[in-house]
Amino acid sequence: MSDISNLIEEDSDNDGEAMTAAEVLQKLEEAWLNEKFAPDLLENKSDIVDCMMDQLQEMENNIKLAKRGDFKVSLHRMEIDRIRFIISSYLRRRLEKVERFAVCVLEAEEKRDDEEASRLTPEEHQYAKDYQESVEMHMKNLALRHMPPNSQKMDPNLTTIRPNVDSYVFLKVNKHQEGVLVEEESSDAG
Amino acid sequence: MFGEKALELIRELQRSGENSLPPYNEDGVRQVLEEMLSLFEQNQKDVSDTVAGQTGLFAGVQLRHSALERNKRCVMAYLYNRLQHIRKLRWEFGSVLPQEIKYNMSEQEVQWFNKYNKCLANYMRSLGEGGLDLTQDIKPPKSLYIEVRCQMDHGEFETQDGSVIILKKNSQHFLLRSECEHLVRQGILEHIVH
Repeated sequence: MSDISNLIEEDSDNDGEAMTAAEVLQKLEEAWLNEKFAPDLLENKSDIVDCMMDQLQEMENNIKLAKRGDFKVSLHRMEIDRIRFIISSYLRRRLEKVERFAVCVLEAEEKRDDEEASRLTPEEHQYAKDYQESVEMHMKNLALRHMPPNSQKMDPNLTTIRPNVDSYVFLKVNKHQEGVLVEEESSDAG
Repeated sequence: MFGEKALELIRELQRSGENSLPPYNEDGVRQVLEEMLSLFEQNQKDVSDTVAGQTGLFAGVQLRHSALERNKRCVMAYLYNRLQHIRKLRWEFGSVLPQEIKYNMSEQEVQWFNKYNKCLANYMRSLGEGGLDLTQDIKPPKSLYIEVRCQMDHGEFETQDGSVIILKKNSQHFLLRSECEHLVRQGILEHIVH
């Protein structure tokens, strides 16, 4: 038993600090592609994003120290631009999903237990609340207020936009696996 | 016919297409709301008549109820779609809207735009150290420097390494992409592709 628990501790240590910058970038690209093609909001990878942004800051500082006209400066600048694009695109896609599915996302956040990790970062949560409130206030002030008393509420069942979790996605296999069970699609034989 | 004015609102939005926001049809919305109120009052009258003993009014009540629901749905759709359009404008134009576009928005829509601006700014400021502007870097970077031509006089422009360039109409420059991207988007500079 103690042997196994030692092994587990070792593994978790490796996961923490020992990833090289290249590995973090690889993970960021993976997270970016996953988020881009998934129909609903995935787990947040704020640790990877924060780590990458720190790296960017360091690279910018290093460039400032290098002498003018040095060729490496251009290469580093390109890399900085590229990484910044990936981070921006990733965060933009998440924000787009938070805005579209705001009601859904806030509902899920209320329902989850304390042990489950949240899919939203605290800032995204705040943003979802603010955005939802501003849209609701706008609708109330412009229209719902002036409607007959029976119609002044919006029925959440009818109005919330839910992500289509049944939409088709492409998967890329990273490791060779045998025997993955795919649910048979029930088709109406006509 | 009930619900026609509401349909007119939706058609107006659809006709103007993806790129322009038509002026806020205050009259149209007001007329739809008035129609809803009158339908509701007629229904109330019919319901109290039925309770008093009159028969044969149920079909009318149902018809008016459906019309009420349809009007409500159309108005909600009209308002919501305008909001989505305005949100798109923030990402295209930045936090200050040109006067012609603002002219087409109602006062509450302008207020919503400001609120959205604030929300977005708060979120962007919280990313990393000192914030990350998500409205830059919309396209993947193809090259470090780009060649641009000035479309109008824009005065002096200081680059990152300190040299000052004068942006005169039709002058061409070779600048860092990240520095002039926002000017290209505003239309002041034109990206020259060979």
